[in-house]
Amino acid sequence: MPDRLRRLLSGPASLGYAVLTATAVTYLLVYTTNLGHLPTSFDYLSILNTTLPLVFVAIGQSLVVITGGIDLSVGGIVAFCVAVTATRVHGSGLTPFAWLLAILALGTACGAVNGVIVARARIAPILTTLATLSIFSGLALWVLPVPGGSIPSGVRMVLTNPTVPTGLIWLSLAVLGWLVLRRTRFGMRVYAVGSDETSAVAIGVPAARIKIAVYALSGLCSALAAVFYVSTTTAGDANAGGPFILTSIASVVVGGVAFSGGRGSALGAMAGAVALTLVIDVIFFAGIDPLYQSLFQGLFLVVAVLLGTGAALIARARRGAL
Amino acid sequence: MVLTEKSEMQVMAIEASGVDRAFGGVQALRGASFAARPAEIHALAGENGAGKSTLIKVLCGVITADRGKVEIFGQQVRRVVEPAARRGLGVATAFQELSLIPDLTVAENLLLHSPPRGRLGLVRRGRLVPEAEAILHRYGVDYIDSRLTAAELSVAHRQVVELVRVLATEPRVLILDEPTAALPDKQVEWLSGHMRRLRDAGTCVIFTSHRWREIEALADRVTVMRNGTHVATRENLSEAEAVTLMSGRTFEGTYPDVTTIATGETALRVSDLRGGRLQGVSFSMRQGEILGVGGLAGQGQRDLFLTLFGAQRAAAGNLEVGGFPVTLRRPRDAIRAGLGIAYVPEDRKAEGLFLPLSIRDNIALATLARRSSGGLVSRGREAQAVASLVGQLRIGAGRSTSQAVGNLSGGNQQKVLMARWLLTDAQVLLLFDVTRGVDAATKRDIFDLIAQLAAQGKAILFYSSETEEIAHLCHRVLVLREGRVAVELDGPVRDAERIVAASLKEVPGA
Repeated sequence: MPDRLRRLLSGPASLGYAVLTATAVTYLLVYTTNLGHLPTSFDYLSILNTTLPLVFVAIGQSLVVITGGIDLSVGGIVAFCVAVTATRVHGSGLTPFAWLLAILALGTACGAVNGVIVARARIAPILTTLATLSIFSGLALWVLPVPGGSIPSGVRMVLTNPTVPTGLIWLSLAVLGWLVLRRTRFGMRVYAVGSDETSAVAIGVPAARIKIAVYALSGLCSALAAVFYVSTTTAGDANAGGPFILTSIASVVVGGVAFSGGRGSALGAMAGAVALTLVIDVIFFAGIDPLYQSLFQGLFLVVAVLLGTGAALIARARRGAL
Repeated sequence: MVLTEKSEMQVMAIEASGVDRAFGGVQALRGASFAARPAEIHALAGENGAGKSTLIKVLCGVITADRGKVEIFGQQVRRVVEPAARRGLGVATAFQELSLIPDLTVAENLLLHSPPRGRLGLVRRGRLVPEAEAILHRYGVDYIDSRLTAAELSVAHRQVVELVRVLATEPRVLILDEPTAALPDKQVEWLSGHMRRLRDAGTCVIFTSHRWREIEALADRVTVMRNGTHVATRENLSEAEAVTLMSGRTFEGTYPDVTTIATGETALRVSDLRGGRLQGVSFSMRQGEILGVGGLAGQGQRDLFLTLFGAQRAAAGNLEVGGFPVTLRRPRDAIRAGLGIAYVPEDRKAEGLFLPLSIRDNIALATLARRSSGGLVSRGREAQAVASLVGQLRIGAGRSTSQAVGNLSGGNQQKVLMARWLLTDAQVLLLFDVTRGVDAATKRDIFDLIAQLAAQGKAILFYSSETEEIAHLCHRVLVLREGRVAVELDGPVRDAERIVAASLKEVPGA
């Protein structure tokens, strides 16, 4: 077990874990000094439920970044799926769960569109997803022009129950999902494509198909995020997706996933996502004006990445000296 | 497959016919044909740039041909076929530029296509290392640690893993592009054993090598290529015949007269330079001298040029420019060193030119700092300096110097690149394959310019993939072999075969 522990601490996700630990400690300190007692189970539950959507988007974003790409359209897909969830699931002809499945399929299809454009038409991921971000955001506004809508409470009780930690089940499933994916042949090929696409193609990895699948999975993750988002907020907003673009990329960066592709783990990005959500609470409890939230999130990102880069450089220098 | 014995005899394992393939303006293959039988070791020989690597890539499906067809065991493969599909047909290829995935471990690289799986079809990561070790053991290379990533291996070990990867698929057609270039003798023997074993088991083994003794020892048949076409396929081919077939007719272009050697001061002295493929190169060159660098591909020529320009760090060795020792960490150091070192690369697009920028901007780029005052570039002085050079070099046939370089022909682009370095007043010029993909008339212009520059006292280090050019243009020729200067020939050599022979032989009669 110590060997496994050491691997965990020196692995690519270690930055994410370190940042998460530091943020969690800060959160506890700030909370306790301001309120005079430790956080209650209600606080933990609310953190869990508000963080879930970002955790999902971060998983999808990690996959895309590991192939050497980037997915800006997560904001659009989340918004689109939020709009559909908030307007359709409640009181339509289908059962709520059939609708949820349909929404997941919708998100996957949106992602697959990205994948096809990136892999087959060979248009740069940043351009492709910037364009589709616009398209999906537009579709979201068309479906839900003004914030509103609702979600059946039955769905809510299952997904993000405000009193029972059902969210933990979903979080565990997300972690498990990643671990399973990592252990498929597909998972190995995702890393191969990101590490060196030319070589991967040369040895017979179907790189185009892998990329399409990865963008589709990112779309699926965004759809999941949207469903959980509506479940937490109990209403929809066509502008809900915007913040996920930066925060999902930030989670990936903090999580130690290399932007050059081929290295990193979604587990780190998940830790990064939780840390970023905690930062908002820290800002809140520290009594800082919420207007400055984005300023502090940005500072947090820069400092976390600088620390990570510094640590990596020191580690490399030490390895070189041996 | 139900085949009568007779028809099996006739079916070629892999066959290409009438294959054309161009890269940009360079025609790499012109109606090339090639055929190899099952159960034979077939060597593919030819000089640099003869089209061997391109043909191999067409055969294994990494690139598609512009024209022509490829058949594998009599079955024509579609125009767009990914290597994945060829794998299904039993074709496995080890490439010259290695195709291991750098961030994956050796084990993952070896088992990428068929990883050990447990219940639910999931990869059993715990089994990866033992299975990879079993494969490495089966091929007698236990000394490789399958837990390291490919990037962590030495070049030789990476090549070994690459070879094990293709050997382990037990292919029906095995293609090896320059498999021994990075291998020490012991591993060459190891590979030869496996090639013979597969051949005896019925596999068609195709390989390229620049070492004639390997071709002689291994090949059942040899195909010689030149200028992107098939020249001959023989069962018995002597080295002398091969050299003639490979170097071909004498180059028809005329060369400037370089019989008189200017005697200047020593411009550049290199001693025991190591790094990359360089295993200790020493030489010196004088001002006014055109020094050729010959030898077969991949003997360290490129590393030598890049190291002398500071674009690649030397592992060891000393460098004196104009009598003063210098250390080159980056190209900037070379540009500023003593007499000034300039480098003109072969790959214009990747290494030198900014295609959307104008002729003028491209030429003036390396000297921006010198003609700017207070951070602003003096456009007037720049224009003047550029205009005189453009006229001198006949760039762009009288077109405006504000034309984008991307619109010019390959030859004119090359001239723009040379003009850039002329403007810097650098006294040491490193010209690396500057005539590649350039038409005959432009070549002539470039040769004249080189001779003229030498006459002005510049020291010129010249490499070309056309051995003919080195033979005719240089005052002296260094033949590199395996990262060392194997032979030094006094020039003009004129007879390119002497350089080719010196490149191949162990002890040349120079």
